[in-house]
Amino acid sequence: MTATTSPTYIGTRLARKEDPRLITGEGTFTDDVMLQGMAYMTLVRSPHAHARILRIDTAAAKKEPGVVAVLTGTELEATGMLPVFITVPGMNGSKHMPIATDKARYAGDAVAAVVAESRDAAKRAADLIAVDYEPLPVVVDGTKALEPGAPIVHEELSSNLVFTYPVKGGDIDKAFKDAEVTVTQRIVNQRLIPNAMEPRAVTAKFEAGELTLWTSTQIPHFVQLIVALNLGLGQNRVRVIAPEVGGGFGSKLQVYAEELLVGHLSKTLGRPVKWTEERREGYLATIHGRDLVENVEIAAKKDGTILGLRIRTVANLGAYLQAFAPGIPTILHAFIIPGPYKIPAFDVEVRGVYTNTTPVDAYRGAGRPEATFAMERIMDRLADEIGMDPAEVRRKNFIPPDAFPFNTISGITYDSGDYEPALDRALAMADYKGFEKRRAEAKARGNYRGIGLSTYVEICGLAPSKANSALGVGWGGYESARIRVHATGSVQVFTGTSPHGQGHETSWSQIAADALGVSPNDIEVRHGDTFESPGMGVGTFGSRSLAVGGIAVHKAAEKVREKVVQIAAHLLEASPADIVVENGKVFVRGVPEKAKNFGDISMAAYLANNLPDGMEPGLEATVYYDPPNFTFPFGTHIAEVEIDGETGSVRIVKYSACDDCGRQINPMIVDGQLHGGIVQGIGQALYEGAVYDDNGQLLSGSMMEYHVPSAEDVPSIDLDHTVTLTNTNPLGVKGIGEAGTIGSTPAVVNAVIDALSPLGIKHIDMPLTPEKLWRAIRAAGEGRR
Amino acid sequence: MPDAHAVTFTVNGTTYTREIQPTLLLVEYLRETLGLTGTHVGCDTSQCGACTVRVDGLATKACTMLAVQADGAQVVTVEGLAKNGALHPIQRAFAKEHGLQCGFCTPGLMITAVDFLERNASPSDAEIRHAIEGNLCRCTGYHNIVNAIRTASAEMRQSTAAQPKVAAEVKG
Amino acid sequence: MITHPFTYQTPATIEEAVQQLGRNGEAKVIAGGHSLLPLIKLGLSQPEALIDLRKIASLREIRTEPDGAIVVGALATHRTITHDQTVRAKLAALAEAAGEVGDLQVRARGTIGGSLAHADPAADEPAPTLAYDAIIRAIGPKGRRDIPARDYFKGVFETALAANEIIAEIRFPAPAGRTGGAYAKFAHPASGFAVTGVAAVITLAADGTVERAAIAVTGAAAAAYRATQAEKALTGTKGDAKAIADASAKAADGITALADLAASAEYRKNLVTVYAKRAIQRAVERAKG
Repeated sequence: MTATTSPTYIGTRLARKEDPRLITGEGTFTDDVMLQGMAYMTLVRSPHAHARILRIDTAAAKKEPGVVAVLTGTELEATGMLPVFITVPGMNGSKHMPIATDKARYAGDAVAAVVAESRDAAKRAADLIAVDYEPLPVVVDGTKALEPGAPIVHEELSSNLVFTYPVKGGDIDKAFKDAEVTVTQRIVNQRLIPNAMEPRAVTAKFEAGELTLWTSTQIPHFVQLIVALNLGLGQNRVRVIAPEVGGGFGSKLQVYAEELLVGHLSKTLGRPVKWTEERREGYLATIHGRDLVENVEIAAKKDGTILGLRIRTVANLGAYLQAFAPGIPTILHAFIIPGPYKIPAFDVEVRGVYTNTTPVDAYRGAGRPEATFAMERIMDRLADEIGMDPAEVRRKNFIPPDAFPFNTISGITYDSGDYEPALDRALAMADYKGFEKRRAEAKARGNYRGIGLSTYVEICGLAPSKANSALGVGWGGYESARIRVHATGSVQVFTGTSPHGQGHETSWSQIAADALGVSPNDIEVRHGDTFESPGMGVGTFGSRSLAVGGIAVHKAAEKVREKVVQIAAHLLEASPADIVVENGKVFVRGVPEKAKNFGDISMAAYLANNLPDGMEPGLEATVYYDPPNFTFPFGTHIAEVEIDGETGSVRIVKYSACDDCGRQINPMIVDGQLHGGIVQGIGQALYEGAVYDDNGQLLSGSMMEYHVPSAEDVPSIDLDHTVTLTNTNPLGVKGIGEAGTIGSTPAVVNAVIDALSPLGIKHIDMPLTPEKLWRAIRAAGEGRR
Repeated sequence: MPDAHAVTFTVNGTTYTREIQPTLLLVEYLRETLGLTGTHVGCDTSQCGACTVRVDGLATKACTMLAVQADGAQVVTVEGLAKNGALHPIQRAFAKEHGLQCGFCTPGLMITAVDFLERNASPSDAEIRHAIEGNLCRCTGYHNIVNAIRTASAEMRQSTAAQPKVAAEVKG
Repeated sequence: MITHPFTYQTPATIEEAVQQLGRNGEAKVIAGGHSLLPLIKLGLSQPEALIDLRKIASLREIRTEPDGAIVVGALATHRTITHDQTVRAKLAALAEAAGEVGDLQVRARGTIGGSLAHADPAADEPAPTLAYDAIIRAIGPKGRRDIPARDYFKGVFETALAANEIIAEIRFPAPAGRTGGAYAKFAHPASGFAVTGVAAVITLAADGTVERAAIAVTGAAAAAYRATQAEKALTGTKGDAKAIADASAKAADGITALADLAASAEYRKNLVTVYAKRAIQRAVERAKG
């Protein structure tokens, strides 16, 4: 930190400023916005996964009492296409309209919109819309979609292949030629449904030529940009507000059809319109995550030294490309596969594929959990193959602490790292050494007990604009902040980030408070309103908010502070170098009686009658911060599980993690992010998975079938931390939003496989449901008989 | 349309009489008729618990109850937890223990917890986890929610020391 | 949201409710609503009239008859049942099953009468109802009809209850002296319904041998059933580990097991045997006292 060597508020477990309104029911979520004269939109969605739309008869719906408007795709040219923000080389993009015109390409594709005076009138009218479909052959599986003769999702393209994305380094042929041992594993990273607890919702009103659109989003500025461009409105006429947002996890990192439709309908009807997703509708119409099939091959020496890694991946992207979809299995996945390990040769090729399924995009971790899972599973497979302790195989291949900044074989540069201390602490927390005794005790109970670990490096920040551009990301990776000190000394921070549970109001207050020498209580952080924030905010995703947006706040606060110092020096007739700003006071070092209140300085800035020569009046600063690099947090997660020998049910009996996210602004929030992330990762390992039948019908179509973990399913979590600062930014912060999800899935799966390894079981695909484990146990038993 | 029914019940201490359609769900009545939007709708299959309110003291999923069924009942929503400006111990505990992140599930969780704690003043962590199995949270991983409910139980025990403990729910 | 309209009535007596049921074409009786309202919300049930029993207070009661029978009113909620001291002492399998229904909130509203009338094959309370040889007392236009539990469950959402009848109460005969009951459940991970639930009610003779074994299974087949082969195998044994294991192995004999995303038929049959064993073990321990 530049000015304050020992921060007062950074690093403290400050109670969240968000909480008072959320625990009293006063927070306003998008569906809570009730406007006079509001009409309600409902969408008619295709029941078929792939079908030509022959005819849509809306006559009966239009006659239904209370119906305001009915709209089909062919009547809707005004909204334009849905955006894709990332283009990878050779990508076959496709047309993606808010309402399908020619074909429905997945079950849930919108084919008509109804607006009515009430929600139920809209729904009743929607039921009266008759659509003639010609069902077409369906392809659900990514690998099958690449086979000759597969149904083509977008007929204007010659195949379902979206792209082939290679990342290579070193001599992979030599690595496998020199290998003393090779291991191959096919790994399925199953499709997940994000399940933010708040379903999506959009509310809009159009008054005096200005569209105000409330939406449950992680990226209000991108929504503003696309709505303005697509609806032909000036960007200055489109105000997008992300009020309270009830979780996102990537599922709200989109510009969705419903945002364009509600905006368009509100504008053309001249009245407020609202759409609120129902949960089962969301299962179809909100993006899914993951869905990769990877063939992973590792070449190594018998002592555990990795020589090379070869991976072939098929990424099922669903029926259309969503905003960030092309970047997830490529940029965010392929580059980070090496994790904390020195890998001399690397050869990854990812093929993206269209299928007749709900589009796939970012889900917590977005590419990095998949990468870490592949790497950490193959590390355990390697350890098993050579009879080495999994912890020691990892340790042997760690990038040493003196090697940073480290250029990975995949072509990125890690900022900082010290991987062994985190590993050692986690091993101690987990009583790794004492495990075999517990395995034996479980065996006596007829159960199988296992311990599994994962050591990960993740990529945060989503950051340098030039690097983003080189990678095909169609927008800069900066973030904005504006700090306004009012005449009375009260402080407002406007941030381009758009939190939905991450507590930015609290953390940004802590950052600004330390720079300005005031209490966080005197600082108000405002976000999620494109008419309040600096011109552009990129938003909250990819664990980028602190390392980019938080730094923007810090830099803006430093700018304000510098002006405070200049004014104070002028008023106190001292050298700026001698001015101290702390505890709401500004004084001359060593002469505390020679002081002004912070509010005296801000008042002076606006009275403007006694300022240093040439100084502008006012006290505010705006910063667009574009970092020089990504950041690379890391850690070790260890899960211990016990499997019921009769049913295959898994219980996580202990969970330990030691994570390093650089400097922590608010350790309470850091731990909360980890807890939630870890449980989401456990969900993938054990419980969650979207299931389609061959006709493209989503069988796991509601919370009745799709298992979102409940409190009874998951353990309490033991956390510890190491702190390795980064030089990438002045606060030394890295990011923690997704680390839990990245670390936990492979730790849990490795633990389960470890438990079953005495039976000769090497791998089982997720989710590790009781029945799968029971079958594996039984098959292993039969094999032995 | 069938006839509307005149329905009278008390919400957070205020008695309301409204003519409503029998198809109106209690959660719709609270949110849209009364404007009490602190109670949320997170699913349509009675799984998530975001809509939980107390009906005659019992934690109830307001998405799975008709408003007409609440005729004559005492309903408490998140807006009614604080009394005379003083937060309920469960509210203070959720904030203290960082038991919420996005806050969407929080009202329902707190309501369930209060009903539970009034009947089981000294629960184990396992009992707490069982009690909130019908309230899904995607942000917190439940760790701090369990801590918050335990913290609240201690405070509630002190403030209601005279109240007898009712048997905890059996667990099969 | 409910888009299909219906009328709504709150009869004061069960006889009045039966009359209203007869008068309305597509009428449905509603108790706690936790079986019916989800179906109505999904549009899977579209009644024209709802007849709400909530004003018939007598149906909420749990009482003990002079002959020792425990009578549970149809409107008794799962939560009331699981906390009821008499039920806990005498009908432990019922108390445990009621405590395993759904979640805290569902148990607060859902009723045993609703559960039995709806007859979801994965509902919990059919198992103890069968295992205790309960009598389902229904009221129809012609008056009262007692349906033994064994004759009641017919199939998926199918029962012996006629369309014009309403369940008034469920009568559990007084269990004999050394009787222990237990309910063991493998819950569906998402919905909370029983993938398999087994109620075991074991009565021991003076010499400690199993005099009567009642083992009822829910969740595994189209309707809850009594595992008669397992009961026969257990009766007359000492109720030791081997006897229990042998009997449990027969608990899924002859059934056509359900299959869904959560469990195949084969796996369900395994769960039946495992959970039968666990329920019987606990029931025997309790019978021993």
